[in-house]
Amino acid sequence: MNPMLKITNLTNAIDGKAILKGLTLSINAGEIHAIMGPNGAGKSTLAYTLGGRPGYEVTGGAATFDGQDLFELDPHERAAAGLFLGFQYPVEIPGVSNLQFLRESLNSQRKARGEAALSGGEFIKIAKEKAGLLGLDMDMLKRPVNVGFSGGEKKRNEMVQMGILDPKLAILDETDSGLDIDALKTVGAGINAIMRKPDKAVLLITHYQRLLDYVQPDFVHVLAGGRIVKSGGPELALELEREGYAEVLAA
Amino acid sequence: MNSLALPTRRDEAWRYSDLDAVKSVWPIAPATQIAVAPGETAYHHLLQDAADTDVAIHDYVITVADGASCHFHILNSGGRLGRVTLDVTLGDGAHFELGGAIIGGGSQTLEIVTTVTHAKPNATSVQTIRSILGQTATGSYLGKIAVARDAQKTDAAQSVKAMLLDRTATANAKPELEIYADDVKCAHGATVGELDKAALFYMASRGMEPAVAQTLLLRSFIAGVFDTVADESVRETLETAALARLEKLA
Repeated sequence: MNPMLKITNLTNAIDGKAILKGLTLSINAGEIHAIMGPNGAGKSTLAYTLGGRPGYEVTGGAATFDGQDLFELDPHERAAAGLFLGFQYPVEIPGVSNLQFLRESLNSQRKARGEAALSGGEFIKIAKEKAGLLGLDMDMLKRPVNVGFSGGEKKRNEMVQMGILDPKLAILDETDSGLDIDALKTVGAGINAIMRKPDKAVLLITHYQRLLDYVQPDFVHVLAGGRIVKSGGPELALELEREGYAEVLAA
Repeated sequence: MNSLALPTRRDEAWRYSDLDAVKSVWPIAPATQIAVAPGETAYHHLLQDAADTDVAIHDYVITVADGASCHFHILNSGGRLGRVTLDVTLGDGAHFELGGAIIGGGSQTLEIVTTVTHAKPNATSVQTIRSILGQTATGSYLGKIAVARDAQKTDAAQSVKAMLLDRTATANAKPELEIYADDVKCAHGATVGELDKAALFYMASRGMEPAVAQTLLLRSFIAGVFDTVADESVRETLETAALARLEKLA
């Protein structure tokens, strides 16, 4: 079986400064991976580089998504191919409602895949269902994208978007930060309901073990200094939480 | 303004204009006169979508009598030169409101020039201008507010925002306040910006095509300018024309 996402010896630079220094990672369909690591290790940089954020220049290595060269695709083409990026800091877009934003996004994706656009009614039905799943009030989806949302609401909204867009691979960048315990449970259950399927995969980027109590990873990796320096099963996350990065990396 | 002599750059109101284009149609027609009678409310609009090679100049002289109210909405988007001027004089307790959108590309010069004179006390005025400019287009708003010596309790506000789609486009915003009374409120703000890159990436990361994302952001930028158009069919006409022009820019 070919991996869904295959990253080989990836290096990149931001403003000429090297951040990722030879990162290799493979994710198969049906798997949930967690990447943990200290501040400044390059975790968010990895997410943005895979998503194609301008300014995150790839300087070496390769990444394929379903066998396709990921870096050949523009950001919106990566999304249409089935990649979803959950933002650590979701962006506010005044004047554009969540529903409009998501309907245009979904229909752009469908067009790129040669599928017919969804009607207003069909779209609202999906949006209602996914908002319900994440406990987000439908009224919030009528409001401008993330404007006036609390930190927790923004993260729930990211998951509602993920549910509606139904990606193959979700890269979730610190989706757990800013969430209280109840919201963490809801978001964790949402990730499981939407993404824990044999044909889907998740890459969770997180500082803490907390989210991993609700979304059990199959593999845990430690990112430090722009490389994966250690990989293991779920027990590695517990060990990190107990002993700290410095201790585990020194061992 | 409509003297027989051809204007020059030294004329403040023509400072950013395309004088060659003006010369080709000089002398221009006299201004349209609008008088709003005491206590009445009037709604006017101008959809300026002349052909690319045209020179479109529209001048209005408006008097709003005591206790009367005048709402004016403009979409200025056509012609090689598209120029709209309003010379407004307000009576006691009168109200004047302008919602203007300037949308241009190519090498268009588009401008709105207003002079709002608060001649009597207690009058209020609001001007909201949003400009979207691409390629080497120039969009200008020159807005003068004049408050006469005894025009106390004047409340005037001006909001001017411009969005440049290319670094080669130009936006001019020139507020001018001339105040002779001492108990007045005159608020004005002007900004020139570009499309929010973080928002564009966020939209792309959800799969939205770049042209669709740009049009959505631009629509939201000018949203509100035509909100106060009373006649729904007029509002729709202006909004549809604005959207069509935006889509051509994307």
